[in-house]
Amino acid sequence: MIALLLTVFTPLAGALSLSLLRSPDRAGWLNVAVSGLGLGAAIWLAWGVAAAGEVAGLSFRVDAFNVYLIVLTAFVGLTTSIFSRPYMRYVQESGRTGERGLRIYHAMYQAFMFTMLLALATDNLGILWVAVEGATLSTVLLVSLYRTPEAVEAAWKYFILCGVGIALALFGTVLTYFAAQHVLGESEAGLTWSVLYRHAGGLEPAVMSLAFVFLLVGYGTKVGLVPLHQWLPDAHSEGPTPMSAVLSGLLLNVALYAVVRVKMLVDGSLAVTATPHMAGYLLMGFGMLSFLVAGLFLHRQRDIKRMFSYSSIEHMGLMTFAFGLGGPLATFGALLHMLVHSLTKSAIFVTVGHAAHIAGTQNIDHIRGLIRTQPAVGWSLLIAVAAIAGFPPFGVFTSEFLLLTATMQSQPWLTVALLVGLAVAFAGLFRHLHPMVYGAAPQGQRPVSANMLPVLVHLGLVLWLGLSVPDFLARWLDRATQLITGGNLL
Amino acid sequence: MNIVDLPLQEQLVLVLAALVLLSSFVLLEQARLVSAIHAFAWQGGLVAAVTGLVATAGHLPHLYISALLTLVLKALLIPWMLHRLVRRLALERHAEALHRPALVIMAAVALVIFSYWLVIPIVEQELAFTRNMVAISLAAVLIGLLMMASRPQAVLQVLGFMAMENGLFLAAVSATGGMPLVVELGVAFDVLVAMVLFGVFFLQIRESIDSLDVDRLNRLTETPEEDR
Repeated sequence: MIALLLTVFTPLAGALSLSLLRSPDRAGWLNVAVSGLGLGAAIWLAWGVAAAGEVAGLSFRVDAFNVYLIVLTAFVGLTTSIFSRPYMRYVQESGRTGERGLRIYHAMYQAFMFTMLLALATDNLGILWVAVEGATLSTVLLVSLYRTPEAVEAAWKYFILCGVGIALALFGTVLTYFAAQHVLGESEAGLTWSVLYRHAGGLEPAVMSLAFVFLLVGYGTKVGLVPLHQWLPDAHSEGPTPMSAVLSGLLLNVALYAVVRVKMLVDGSLAVTATPHMAGYLLMGFGMLSFLVAGLFLHRQRDIKRMFSYSSIEHMGLMTFAFGLGGPLATFGALLHMLVHSLTKSAIFVTVGHAAHIAGTQNIDHIRGLIRTQPAVGWSLLIAVAAIAGFPPFGVFTSEFLLLTATMQSQPWLTVALLVGLAVAFAGLFRHLHPMVYGAAPQGQRPVSANMLPVLVHLGLVLWLGLSVPDFLARWLDRATQLITGGNLL
Repeated sequence: MNIVDLPLQEQLVLVLAALVLLSSFVLLEQARLVSAIHAFAWQGGLVAAVTGLVATAGHLPHLYISALLTLVLKALLIPWMLHRLVRRLALERHAEALHRPALVIMAAVALVIFSYWLVIPIVEQELAFTRNMVAISLAAVLIGLLMMASRPQAVLQVLGFMAMENGLFLAAVSATGGMPLVVELGVAFDVLVAMVLFGVFFLQIRESIDSLDVDRLNRLTETPEEDR
């Protein structure tokens, strides 16, 4: 329990103290230290969950499903903070933001971590909503940090679209509470997920299916499901690069996590009706649409960060599809995919930050010859993109292979669509990547001081997961699979 | 069940809820910013009154806190903040008529009908009271959404957003007797922070495009110009 409270509230304490700290240099270090402490607490918590099965209390509840996301969030939070310290110093030196901006940046970074960890750890659907909305609020000022017209526009779009989306999710939450009151009476426990899950069979199916539609549209906006994705490429391309890394790597996961939790309730409620898989089909439809559309959009991008944000939409679509497909194999694959996608995508954004620094622009047409100028950045980008495109021996290959197998088993025809989508996305990524990493370097392009440690650690982990998923992790994911689908894989 | 058979208090709640819906329409077609802010404040006051009445009718003491919170936040604090911002941006006299008013108002009417249709399956076994309330609050939410879509002015969009929030709150109060207090406080906190951030954004948008007409925020497209 102490570990749980430490995990969630360390970032909050960090945010408060960072908002008071004036020196950007020290703030950078403190940011790393707080993130490190948070990771330590998260690992301690994971230890407790592994021993006891679940840790609960004070309307928090951590089980096999959310604990791995908590550890992942804390881990990516730490590595990104290590990258962000020197990167934000370079941003300040280049005059794009001032001391005040950096103070907001560091405080909001930790506030953002707090909201995500709160959303993951809470057992209350209402608090989950408050935390996800809080995640929007804490990042919106970061998207507009550079104050360019584009950045302000991106932030406004992000604010309005996610605000509206999340408001609809609140309506869904109210409907869920309404359904719960008919089962539980006028009790405060009506929003507690674990209580609802125990009584899921008794929840009024008509109310729950309507609630699910609202919740899916709401949280789906944050997942970046097509056609609610418009904010995502803008927010990713205009915000500071460390922000893109945590938005893509973590926030999208948290939103998807919320959708899956709600789906578990709806599946329980609809189990005995004429349409038991309504929620699953909706997820499959939206997921497949996002996957295919984002793959096509990859081809048209000119901005490097925009391109990779479309790749995030594509992968979130794939995961949503897999969770919709259901069954132990697809769910196991989706959980693994969440993990490897986060690690790879945040590594990509870190590398892209360095690449844009070298070239002095985010425009793909002007980023050339990275390998010649700075082999470490060029090769990292090449390898990371190969990993995200699903090449063996990286972890993304493993999870995509599992997903394809699962699709083949239950919906064979959709495998064709998945394979075509993967090929389209692969082509889209590599047609842009090839001239960026090879190609002749423009005159006067110089290497920059880059800290490649986070990238190496992430890619190393993804490689490890691709070669062999370690036993403890496999059992861990298997327990989460059992929780979600009721069936084991291993 | 007929509406006249309901207890007097519940009838009064329904009347007030109908007034909330009416205020949504008023808000939707206001031309002047200042009068739109006033319409919003009235809506907030009405939602607070509904909450207070539901609290007395249903003997739900925790709802009094929610009612007070709504009154302070939605009817006083947020309108005051908006008013101050509008004065600071020198927009008191700013007025812009609704583009294609007939179409938008017809769309709003259609949304009300749609809301009633949507809640038919939910509350078949419920009293007429709840069904009306859920439908009205959903309609208020959707009209807020329509307002955000049809008004390109940033302040009016924010008012639409806040009106959606009012509708949601009304739904929570009427359908479920209010959410648990922790959640309600959390939501109120989020709304307040959102309002502060909106204020920051008004200034940033103004600084960047010299207007609050967000239609002119159109630099980000799928295929940007050659060298942006």
